[in-house]
Amino acid sequence: MSEIDATISPGQVILEMKGITKAFPGIVANSDVDFDLKKGEIHCLLGENGAGKSTLMKILYGLYKQDKGEVFYKGEPLVVNGPADTLRQGIGMVHQHFMLIKPLTVAENLVLGNEPTKYGFLIDKKKAKAELMEISTTFGLAIEPDAKIMDISVGMQQRVEILKALHRGAEVLILDEPTAVLTPQETKELFVIMRKLVHDGKSIIFISHKLKEVMEISDRVTVINHGRIIGSVKTSETSPSQLANMMVGREVELIVHKEPAKPGKEKFRAEGLVAENDRGLPALRGIDLSVRAGEILGVCGVDGNGQTELVQCITGMRRLSAGKVTLNGKDITNMPPKRCFEAGIVHVPEDRQKHGLVLDFTVAENMILQTYNKKPFSRGITLRWDEIKSYARRIISEFDVRTPDEDTKAGSLSGGNQQKAILARELSRTPELIVVAQPTRGLDVGAIEYIHKRLVSERDSGRAVLLVSLELDEIMSLSDRIAVIYEGRIMGTMDIEDATEETLGLMMAGSMPASHKGVM
Amino acid sequence: MERKKDNSAIKELIVPVTAVFIGLVLGGILMTLTGVNAIEGYKALIMGCFGRLEYVSETIVYTTPLIFTGLAIALGFRCGLFNIGCEGQYIVGLIGAAVVGAMDLGLPTFIHLPLTMLSGMACGAIWASVPGLLKAKFGIHEVVNSIMMNYIALYLSHYLVNGPIKDPGITSPYSREILDTAKLWRFFGQNSPIRVNSGIIIAIAAALFVYYLLFKTTIGYQIRAVGFNPEAARYGGISVPTNIVAAMFISGALAGLAGAVQIMGIQFKFLDIFAFQGYGLDGIAVALVGKSHPLGVLPSALLFGILQRGSQTMQMLAGVPKETIGIMQGVIIIIVAAEGIIKGWLPIRKILGTDKKAAGKEVGRA
Repeated sequence: MSEIDATISPGQVILEMKGITKAFPGIVANSDVDFDLKKGEIHCLLGENGAGKSTLMKILYGLYKQDKGEVFYKGEPLVVNGPADTLRQGIGMVHQHFMLIKPLTVAENLVLGNEPTKYGFLIDKKKAKAELMEISTTFGLAIEPDAKIMDISVGMQQRVEILKALHRGAEVLILDEPTAVLTPQETKELFVIMRKLVHDGKSIIFISHKLKEVMEISDRVTVINHGRIIGSVKTSETSPSQLANMMVGREVELIVHKEPAKPGKEKFRAEGLVAENDRGLPALRGIDLSVRAGEILGVCGVDGNGQTELVQCITGMRRLSAGKVTLNGKDITNMPPKRCFEAGIVHVPEDRQKHGLVLDFTVAENMILQTYNKKPFSRGITLRWDEIKSYARRIISEFDVRTPDEDTKAGSLSGGNQQKAILARELSRTPELIVVAQPTRGLDVGAIEYIHKRLVSERDSGRAVLLVSLELDEIMSLSDRIAVIYEGRIMGTMDIEDATEETLGLMMAGSMPASHKGVM
Repeated sequence: MERKKDNSAIKELIVPVTAVFIGLVLGGILMTLTGVNAIEGYKALIMGCFGRLEYVSETIVYTTPLIFTGLAIALGFRCGLFNIGCEGQYIVGLIGAAVVGAMDLGLPTFIHLPLTMLSGMACGAIWASVPGLLKAKFGIHEVVNSIMMNYIALYLSHYLVNGPIKDPGITSPYSREILDTAKLWRFFGQNSPIRVNSGIIIAIAAALFVYYLLFKTTIGYQIRAVGFNPEAARYGGISVPTNIVAAMFISGALAGLAGAVQIMGIQFKFLDIFAFQGYGLDGIAVALVGKSHPLGVLPSALLFGILQRGSQTMQMLAGVPKETIGIMQGVIIIIVAAEGIIKGWLPIRKILGTDKKAAGKEVGRA
């Protein structure tokens, strides 16, 4: 392989996908897609969820077989039989969800599937460690070889994944939304690593939908939408707004315009919330929060620090083992979901397909998920479809949900329109407190723009909004106050004026910046 | 964008109809291979089912319980439950109706008849509620429990008909005949050998009722929400455990009604059974081919009624082994169950004349 290798110098095309077409029943995921990667570059594949990024990469990685088109690697047609074979040929992928075995050590994970052995059957741990040390020195990726995966940070785990790919001799690395799980600091570290890797002659495909990161790290950007390539540009010759334009096909406003909040009296208060996660481990260890009318309180933190459980506890979907939740002074602690929304809480859940919608229901049926047994949608036990459908039509058009009609199955809407449908349902119920979790996850910029505007206008009309998001940018552009959650506790709450990315990032990682000691 | 509404019914029908067609062709090939003239075989099937009034009557008699059990299972499916216990619920339904029907309380028909029917339904409903409760409370899978409940029902019925409810007047293990006030109306006279009776009307009414319940009421809305996505139902304030129990209860009532109608229209007494009669299990096939839609269950039950009735006449008249029909049924069920795969093969969009690319764009999820 090294012979061929020598023929490809930096800047030459190492990988080329030509005319890739892939259709699934009912969906054309990739249509005549051309994509190429030069040696020593970071090439970003940018597009909303469902645009066809993942399909294209799965074809490259050997998980899918394309219907049409060809892949060339180092000038030769690439024929692969599944992921293991792809890796052998020098193309490695770091998945969004890591493929690591948690109780095993870093070194053990590194050699997994390719273990050095003693006497033919015992794993040679010393050799595994030596191999790890060698590769980590070569690429300057410091790591503790004997630490167990479950004890190291997400950023470190990602590093193990990258080392794994390098260990198998990957020349081309595919990083699938690598920053989604990282703190800002960890993202910076990752970018340093990525730069070092390309400096050492590796080539990287960086999959993302975050414009800021794309602008920061990539050399070239290829935008994909609806399974088609919209265009390929040099990063140095483009701007975030041009990229957003390409992604959506129209002008979008990337900045949320809002007036300073005029908060009223306190609407919602949570005191000392304690709860466990699904595995019975402590998830909330005493959360205190309050939200006033007419303000957006943003809760930011790294994924898995209790955000999910916090939202579930407030909305009645998870039991608190201690603490108190009040809305308008009324105690709603541990009330079932029905009582919570009857009290005036609406909830845009973080997983719209799991909780937010019944995908096999029509849009109209979804619009009455909480109100099906209320007037005017039913009389006695009989549903009144005329009322339901006309209501659905009304809020569909009010919230600009793009659907052929109200009888279309919710599952066939795009992610953005599913989210708009949920917003339409929730915000139409004249709420006291709006709890939104990850409202724009995986959405294209156009839908994000709409949802952000809508949340701000709800705030302006005097509603209390509790926003939980993993996207720091989203938190910073929408919130009036920010609370940082770390390991089930609120590290601190601050006004937006006092918040900087650095301070928030440090607090998200669990350390209290000196300037903010005692802000609580 | 096309409106999907107009096509949805046809779309739903394509796979079952194709399945039946393939089943018939395959059955024909099998017959030819076993040395039987396939056309003669199918002629015997048709003649055996519709050739004479008695035959038509018998076809309907075979179909009736399948409608009930098909509905029972379809309703369970709609709530995400696999009520494989219809067999046992059917048996307790037989017993419940046989016992109350034979009670001489001096009641007039318009009270005794519905009471008998209700008794069968109640027995089935209670029988099904046990696995329902176990599932709702402890998360124990309903398939395991309801299969065990089937055996309990079978052996309980042995005990009862050989002891407490046995007709002392005869030696065979039969229960006493139900009173005339508890018998359903046979269209051609109460003692006519043409056994078709008002049970078929009740079955069709039950299908309409289940349709109404599922699609036009808040109860059905809850059941379907839980069936499609229990997490979203919970989020929407719909109690998942309550609906699991409710769905099992109604499903069991329908299976129990199958038994009650069988007693009240056909058997008039409980006859000891030594093995499961298969209505409950065939109901699974009926529900599958009927796409778990109450109105789909009707033609689907008729199909299986015809095949079962026909398998006997085919054997008698054309010498076609009964098993041929069994294989045909199996093929039909497999094709319908493997719908996802089949739909990929069938040029459905071409049939419906919708453009693949346009649809791809509209769906747009990868």
